Amino acid sequence: MDSKAIKIEHRIILEWVKEGASVLDLGCGDGELLALLIAKKHVHAQGIELSEDTIRRCVALGLSVFQQDIDTGLSEYANSSFDYVILNQTLQQVKKPDFAVKEALRVGKQVIIGFPNFVHVSARLQILKGRVPVNRALPYEWYDTPNLHFLGIADFKNYCKKRKILIEKSAPLTKKGIAKLFPNLLAERGLFLLKGT
Amino acid sequence: MVLELGEKLGPLTVAYETYGKLNPQKSNAILVAHALSGDSHAAGSNGWWDSLIGPGKGLDTNRYFVICSNVIGGCRGSTGPSSLNPKTGKPYGTDFPLITVGDMVQAQKNLIEHLGIHKLLSVIGGSMGGMQVLQWMMSFPEKIGSAIPIATTMKHTPQQIAFNEVGRQAIMADPDWKGGHYYGSAVPAKGLAVARMIGHITYMSDVSMAEKFGRRIRQDKQPFKFSPEFEVEGYLQNRGDNFVKRFDANSYLYITKAIDYFNLQNGKNAACIFNGLKTRVLVISFKSDWLYPTYQSLGIVKACKLAGVDTTYCEINSSYGHDSFLLETKQENELISHFLHGVSNGQRGSQ
Repeated sequence: MDSKAIKIEHRIILEWVKEGASVLDLGCGDGELLALLIAKKHVHAQGIELSEDTIRRCVALGLSVFQQDIDTGLSEYANSSFDYVILNQTLQQVKKPDFAVKEALRVGKQVIIGFPNFVHVSARLQILKGRVPVNRALPYEWYDTPNLHFLGIADFKNYCKKRKILIEKSAPLTKKGIAKLFPNLLAERGLFLLKGT
Repeated sequence: MVLELGEKLGPLTVAYETYGKLNPQKSNAILVAHALSGDSHAAGSNGWWDSLIGPGKGLDTNRYFVICSNVIGGCRGSTGPSSLNPKTGKPYGTDFPLITVGDMVQAQKNLIEHLGIHKLLSVIGGSMGGMQVLQWMMSFPEKIGSAIPIATTMKHTPQQIAFNEVGRQAIMADPDWKGGHYYGSAVPAKGLAVARMIGHITYMSDVSMAEKFGRRIRQDKQPFKFSPEFEVEGYLQNRGDNFVKRFDANSYLYITKAIDYFNLQNGKNAACIFNGLKTRVLVISFKSDWLYPTYQSLGIVKACKLAGVDTTYCEINSSYGHDSFLLETKQENELISHFLHGVSNGQRGSQ
């Protein structure tokens, strides 16, 4: 993945998250974002990850991480027990995204969700050429992709409307910044701040 | 010392070893709790956790002051059934009072205070050692800066109790056991060896046994039809016989009983067990451990989550079964060393 695009994503999340907040990162990967949030925003951070290797990398960064499958839910956490629950580049990879969002909204006062825009213009062109999209935001071949669900920015907005989820902020991201026009066509990633239930 | 079940025990001896140096602030002490058959000799030549304790290792003795004490009820220097009963001048035998994991921890706390340490940087242990860690977390949360329970459980299950009971029955069925008053005569060697053999089976996994022994047959000629023929048989007998040389049968009875009675939850709401615990916790389990399976570690993690404890949990992919906590040292060393670094630097995931 392109490091600049990731940095923009992280920069915006840093803007959204309040100083000293509590954060639960579902699918925290190697802990880069959480480490950043601790360093810049002094958050109380907890990560959840599936793989043993990435957990070891998180522990090396001094992070607290559980090895857990997000699809099993967050039943141990009370309602609104974190200021923020983050699902960054995770939603499209879980088995039950609807359930994951519901749980995140229950446990978090606010929820940050980021995902690749599967209907970005480059993807559309690739499909027109008769190929399944492989691009900067979607770097995987069909045979080794961890992505299970394919959505665009407009799809996610529709979903929020259907589920009566309040979108507080959104940032459709391109490689360099925010796609002000035609986000569903031009943004490589969607990033949303949702209000918890 | 007044024991958890009400009886008094004393005078009490606690055997311990230390590695590394206690710093002037006395803030770098780590207590290592041993498992059922362990002792205070954790590091150095033949130390049972030498792979983890030493300069540059997970428990880095250049940084930390590591303490390991023999549990009470044991037979490796601390007061146990083979110690002299001051009332009779003879070994206690089965007159020794029943002890609990709570008592083991109370004795450790007394030792720590005797050493002038107000607060431990960490307490760490696997299996029964892990139970002691959990007991510390519940009984003395203000005395520990972090905790690392490994391959352990908050309560013994019927299956775990069952294996221990077979071991105990083997000891008590040995005619040399004599109701526990065998000191000064032949020890119940056969019974204790069989108990150890059963234990060893539960510490390994199907895969690790297949890798270690296969169905290989021993080459030396056997004098008798039912002499050990398969390598696994010889191995178990060997382990059993060696164990008898260093372990007391009555201690085996008392300690297995203590862990069978271990039940941290004891009717309490899971959310209340670790209430008020402010330390960081690292929970480790092993995929092939069927004696203390991962779901039991997840129970610990759940209780920590409910209490809002800052917790890290990792299941290490190892094929050695329960013994993994002694053998899977690369991953374990890495996790523990990084975790302790974070703890000792006061670098927390939280504020």
